[in-house]
Amino acid sequence: MMLNIEHLSIIFHDREEPFTAVEDFNLQMDHGEIVGIVGESGSGKSMTAHAIMGLLRRYAVEVTGKAKFDGADILKMDEKELRRYQGVEMSIIFQEPMTSLDPTMRIGKQVEEALLLHTKLTKEKRRERALEAMELAELDEPEKLYDLYPHELSGGMRQRVMIASALVLSPHLLIADEPTTALDVTIQAQILKTLKEINKKEGTAIMFISHDLGVVKALCERVIVMQHGHIVEEGPVDQVFYHPQHEYTKHLIESRPTRRKLKGRKLDDE
Amino acid sequence: MTNEIILHLGNVNSYYGRGKARKQVLKNISLTLHKGEVLGVVGESGSGKSTLAKCAIGLVTDIEGERKLNVENSQMVFQDSYGSLNPAKTVGWILEEPLRVRGLRDKKELRRRAVEMLQTVGLEEEHYDRKPSQLSGGQRQRVSIAASLIQGSKLIILDEPVSALDVTLQAQILQLLVDLKERLDLSYIFISHDLAVVYQICDRVMVMYHGEVVEQGDVDAVYDNPQHEYTKKLLEASLSLG
Ligand SMILES: Nc1ncnc2c1ncn2[C@@H]1O[C@H](COP(=O)(O)OP(=O)(O)OP(=O)(O)O)[C@@H](O)[C@H]1O
Ligand SMILES: Nc1ncnc2c1ncn2[C@@H]1O[C@H](COP(=O)(O)OP(=O)(O)OP(=O)(O)O)[C@@H](O)[C@H]1O
Ligand SMILES: [Mg+2]
Ligand SMILES: [Mg+2]
Repeated sequence: MMLNIEHLSIIFHDREEPFTAVEDFNLQMDHGEIVGIVGESGSGKSMTAHAIMGLLRRYAVEVTGKAKFDGADILKMDEKELRRYQGVEMSIIFQEPMTSLDPTMRIGKQVEEALLLHTKLTKEKRRERALEAMELAELDEPEKLYDLYPHELSGGMRQRVMIASALVLSPHLLIADEPTTALDVTIQAQILKTLKEINKKEGTAIMFISHDLGVVKALCERVIVMQHGHIVEEGPVDQVFYHPQHEYTKHLIESRPTRRKLKGRKLDDE
Repeated sequence: MTNEIILHLGNVNSYYGRGKARKQVLKNISLTLHKGEVLGVVGESGSGKSTLAKCAIGLVTDIEGERKLNVENSQMVFQDSYGSLNPAKTVGWILEEPLRVRGLRDKKELRRRAVEMLQTVGLEEEHYDRKPSQLSGGQRQRVSIAASLIQGSKLIILDEPVSALDVTLQAQILQLLVDLKERLDLSYIFISHDLAVVYQICDRVMVMYHGEVVEQGDVDAVYDNPQHEYTKKLLEASLSLG
């Protein structure tokens, strides 16, 4: 087993009352598996992902339980050991590109960063790899983008830069946190295809976080549904999709938008 | 909807960068937005939708052509909610500030209004004391929406406002926008990559491609009879539009 998460809980102590964002999260994933996580806004999807990446080691955050990657507990590693895992063994596409892209660094350098830290590739080779990864992430004219800064890109282009940086080293586990929210259906479909190909060719396991059950259905074998910090439902994607058990899941499936115009309600009809 | 014009752009070109790096992003854009109208903007990633929004409210200044904005103030919900909320302030402060600027001083009343606004976007009183960094992505997006609505502007530009939200929350926010629009005669420019969402809320839609408007019309007309290849491709791929 590649990833074994047991009784993971995340508690914030940064305000008067402690706040439990995630409670007793359990997940086993094998190499090459694709697992989807859906759930309410604020249910703890991103914080779970950050904990698994070893990114919640800061003041006032308590993370308990185990998160074992190939047998080694991420939560117990020292910084040096952790850095050997981050970017090489596992990488993450963050939900909000602007929080993780460095505004002062050119796009190409950011995509290459993992190569600089973890390989001995020459400058030319790194550039070549970065451009390849950018193409994989469906970015047009990567050479032009290579020298630009994040603020010179559109929202969807930044999101694809994040995807490229996560793919540049072919990690064993890729955590993708809402990676296609800013992209239209046509580009989204291409990105999903790319992820499937990487999964097949390189055996990269993918944890795919999304609020869109349709996208999860297209990509994942298994799905976990979260609400208020808990797993409320899990199983093979088709089972959850066609026979949802939990109220939230049922709601998600029923309220998919259809071609219907919304009418304004007057105050008194509420 | 009335005939009163809220925003007019006539043959607008816009540019980023200076000197040799100056490059054109918008080409010959014309649009008219009436009071009470919702104009949807769809188009490829990088086609210039956010730039158009920033032009409309004067945040992009290197432009040619005609721009007339007939409202005193306008609000924009930015695509990147993280960058647009003051990280040093609490959610409560962010929501109350525009009310304070307008002269409201009563602390209890300020708090009541802020909490009420939080609840209308599906958040709770517990989020009042949080900083933006202490929220999830979708919670932050909803704070941005709340912050723009509380301003009381007649024109609101929403750049992918519900992209981080699941269908249930999306439906709740869209309904809220429609209700407010009818009650207060607001006008919106609504940017989205999701054609189903655009259909639900917009009267008219324009399709952008490489900085140009390639198609524009009533939502039904464009959806039933798309002319441009990109529009056709988008509609075909939007399975949920059965
Ligand atoms: N620094 C923090 N201090 C306190 N609470 C926090 C902090 N960061 C996040 N939270 C809370 O933890 C909960 C889980 O957040 P998380 O970002 O994991 O949600 P999510 O499932 O990814 O939601 P979304 O779909 O909106 O992105 C939320 O209720 C959020 O408000
Ligand atoms: N500040 C800037 N400086 C230089 N170029 C920019 C700047 N902002 C945007 N651009 C460029 O302008 C073009 C249009 O960007 P814009 O953000 O308007 O696209 P968009 O349609 O909103 O795309 P998305 O759907 O991905 O958000 C892109 O090619 C982008 O790289
Ligand atoms: Mg999240
Ligand atoms: Mg944009």
